[in-house]
Amino acid sequence: MKLLRLAAPLMLLAFLTGCDLVVLEPAGDIAAQQGKLIIYATVLMLIVIVPVMALTAFFAFHYRASNGKSSYAPEWSHSVSLEIVVWTLPLAIIICLAGLTWVATHRLEPYNDLDRISATQPIDPAVQPLTIQVVALDWKWLFIYPEQGIATVNEVAAVVNRPIEFKLTSDTVMNSFYIPALAGQIYAMPGMETELNAVINRAGDFEGFSANYSGNGFSKMRFRFHGMDEPGFEDWVQQVRDGSETSLSRESYLALAQPTTGNPVTYYDGVADDLWRRALNLCVAPGVLCMDDMMMVDALGGGGLLGLMNREIFAGICAADDALTLYQLLHPDMLPEGPQPLASPVVQSPLLEAR
Amino acid sequence: MSDVETMARGTMGAAVADPFWGKLTWDIFPFYDPLLLVTFIGTCVVAATVVGLISYFRLWGYLWNEWFTSIDHKKIGIMYMVLGIVMLLRGFSDALLMRSHQALASAGFVGYLPPYHYDQIFTAHGVIMIFFVAMPLITGFMNYIMPLQIGARDVAFPFLNNFSFWLTVSGAILIMLSLFVGEFAATGWLAYPPLSGLSFSPGVGMDYYLWALNIAGIGTTLSGINLIVTLVKMRAPGMSWMKMPIFCWTTLCTNVLIVATFPVLTATLALLTADRYLGTNFFTADMGGNPMMYVNLIWIWGHPEVYILTLPIFGIFSEVVPTFSKKRLFGYTSMVYATCVIMILSYLVWLHHFFTMGAGADVNSFFGITTMIISIPTGAKLFNWLFTMYKGRIRFEVPMLWVIGFMLTFVIGGMTGVLLAVPPADYVLHNSLFLVAHFHNVIIGGVVFGIFAGINYWWPKAFGFKLDDRWGRISFWSWFLGFYFAFMPLYVLGLMGVTRRLSQFEDTIYAGYFFTAMIGSLLIALGIAAFIIQIAVSIRNREALKDTTGDPWGGRTLEWSTSSPPPYYNFAFTPRVYALDAWDHMKRHGFKPRSDGYAPIHMPHNTATGVVLSALATVMGFALVWHIWWLATGSFLACLAYGIAHTFNYNRDYHIPVHEVQEIEAQRHRELAALESPEAAGAQP
Repeated sequence: MKLLRLAAPLMLLAFLTGCDLVVLEPAGDIAAQQGKLIIYATVLMLIVIVPVMALTAFFAFHYRASNGKSSYAPEWSHSVSLEIVVWTLPLAIIICLAGLTWVATHRLEPYNDLDRISATQPIDPAVQPLTIQVVALDWKWLFIYPEQGIATVNEVAAVVNRPIEFKLTSDTVMNSFYIPALAGQIYAMPGMETELNAVINRAGDFEGFSANYSGNGFSKMRFRFHGMDEPGFEDWVQQVRDGSETSLSRESYLALAQPTTGNPVTYYDGVADDLWRRALNLCVAPGVLCMDDMMMVDALGGGGLLGLMNREIFAGICAADDALTLYQLLHPDMLPEGPQPLASPVVQSPLLEAR
Repeated sequence: MSDVETMARGTMGAAVADPFWGKLTWDIFPFYDPLLLVTFIGTCVVAATVVGLISYFRLWGYLWNEWFTSIDHKKIGIMYMVLGIVMLLRGFSDALLMRSHQALASAGFVGYLPPYHYDQIFTAHGVIMIFFVAMPLITGFMNYIMPLQIGARDVAFPFLNNFSFWLTVSGAILIMLSLFVGEFAATGWLAYPPLSGLSFSPGVGMDYYLWALNIAGIGTTLSGINLIVTLVKMRAPGMSWMKMPIFCWTTLCTNVLIVATFPVLTATLALLTADRYLGTNFFTADMGGNPMMYVNLIWIWGHPEVYILTLPIFGIFSEVVPTFSKKRLFGYTSMVYATCVIMILSYLVWLHHFFTMGAGADVNSFFGITTMIISIPTGAKLFNWLFTMYKGRIRFEVPMLWVIGFMLTFVIGGMTGVLLAVPPADYVLHNSLFLVAHFHNVIIGGVVFGIFAGINYWWPKAFGFKLDDRWGRISFWSWFLGFYFAFMPLYVLGLMGVTRRLSQFEDTIYAGYFFTAMIGSLLIALGIAAFIIQIAVSIRNREALKDTTGDPWGGRTLEWSTSSPPPYYNFAFTPRVYALDAWDHMKRHGFKPRSDGYAPIHMPHNTATGVVLSALATVMGFALVWHIWWLATGSFLACLAYGIAHTFNYNRDYHIPVHEVQEIEAQRHRELAALESPEAAGAQP
């Protein structure tokens, strides 16, 4: 028993040496700060954990019934001073930890723009972050580079020490976008846009994956993340362009969105204009009402059953671009002045006529 | 991979329903999977043997009259425990399958479970372990112990108690059926939409999940109401709130949590059911639905659920530690307040399960800090147990071993829990194997260890003989070491960035850890086997292990004042309570049980209504899963009719005649006299 207690920490040490604890030794500044926070918090808590464990072992041993020499106080059950210690010791630790948490959570909020490149390098305000739009599909990751006009599947690259701004959504169920070497994860959810700001400080080939179970092909929903220097990244972009067979149109997106497992790396040398908005609003397929349009319909009071029935009528009208048309469709008899409603087939819809 | 197309997403039973058979066809039986087929045949053989043996020994009448229809809280408590242990075997088989599959898959082999099957296994493992192992086991304890501790003859609503139990069984039956008839959900144990919605899980697996949990959840809610009323209304005279044993306090807080949160679960699952059956859009991704709402709602139930499981276990420790330290509990008052504070705070932390949804720094910090605050009362509790041991006379009987094992293990789980409550740390550890290690650390190191402490502690009360010591120790050490081997590697894997629920791996660097974890799960298997052997050996040696005192450990609370097992009316005279640790107080003031002046005791009749209603509910659940509408409607109406008919049953109660009470009590007095002067008692008859 005693031997075991002695051997345990040694075993643990042997256990940890030689394994790659990427969470504690990452290559990106955000992940590095998060990893350090784990260490700080653990040390802080050990202040109370270690005495408790030691006291447990000591009391259990010392006050064993077979030890006739230890004192025995069967009625002793209350002590104000001990109670104060018992409540304030954890309280003190938690106050420290809470302060640490408040500060760290605000500093490492994934939506915020970065305020430094690394511990030693401040941010250069002249450098724009590299925007990468990420769509989780069944069961692969699509990366769109609006700046470069390219798209890739299951492979993503970024420039070392240049901030990256990921915009994420899902065109299937909920997933979680996670590159342990770069930064903590964030959910990618259908019809929602989340954001992750991060930076990679070291060139290399890292692993990324979905960290939220999403169905049958989940285990193979993995991709490679490359940290590259500026010329290397330019070469990679060129390589994507050269290696692509098509551009990413709405049709090829719909084909890509079909469920596959272990999808190979695929390159596209162009991306349809509003593909990101359509993916985000779940309306890449033809004839589907976009979520933002639907919200506009709702906002204009046209939701409910009627709004659902009018799906095909409203499809294709982007609310943000064409609010007036939408308003006219919904309130044909309340036209102020100016141009008459559309003389398009939609006006002949029986539903609208019934109004 | 061909199964991607055919079985991409639980498509079984996605076909159009036949008016008579619903979606039932011959394809639902697991002929396609040799592993399942063998399990299926094995289960059928075991079930047939059990049924055959019961029939051979003509036990059906006994089981029906003495157990199934019983409204005695003690028998219902034992039935809850049996259900929990049987389901533990199922849930643990799932764990063994996962551990061995991951050990193989991470070493470069294909493993033997396709994703379609593996995903169902981890879902079933979580659902079964929480709803049908941990919940029945703690409900069993609360049912059996609490009325005895407060000096009551039964719970407030004895029939409701029986009904609650059978509804839980009904849910368990549906889950077990799903193994062989069709499929189970492949969504993870909390079934987040849209994955659990109709478009991504069209098969019957999700429907099994919904109906099983809805039916069992109603049972749990009813049982919660019952136990609260019992505690409020039925305490023995003199037992004010602050003279109540800690286990009763934790029972009270747990049941308040149950009554406040299980309706949330029921409502959430009902909305998801509406999405799947009625075409509503509460949680769909499009059409104005909002899956994030589901995630919030399910965790508003889910986090208090953790404390529903943990609080009664804290209560068990608070009974075991003073008894085996031969000392009063240190800091009773602060223990009570700590329990209540945990109860309240457990409502304010649910969002820490999804910091990574991106709610913003203010929201995340708030929920992170409330979570950390829970560790203050929990820490105070640990210190209180520690100072109860201080200046005690500690006997290392098996229950106390479990407590020491708990105290050493639970603090590690508590520490990693607080770590996960720091949002930026959670960003890198969320959904990883670190998280899996954490919650197994608190649930095994806390809840399971506590359950075994409680079983070893109260077994002599329930059956009149102690459990075998040697096998108890083997079981403890196997579990204790098994836990560390199984879950410490997962902590490391989490720090290596390995996420949960993976069935295939790309490289083999993790193989050593997964292999160690598998060894750990085999050690735990040994622990479970040793526990079952312990029971078998103890039953065989029951004469040698017999306890006639009713108080084998030198207990401090009222349950130890009765014979073991207690008579079915518990107390011939309602005890009068003057102090905390009432039985200890009575013993020290030379309490002698009265042997005259008995009065008839008012008791409820047994009833079959709970069994019948739950059987009908099971049929209804099954019919709804398979879209057999006529059967669902029929069984629902039958349920209603039978329930209404039951309200017209006025023959509900009777009085135990004085002479019967006298006989039972006289037997008890003879036993006690025999203990005091064995020769005299030997000469007497």
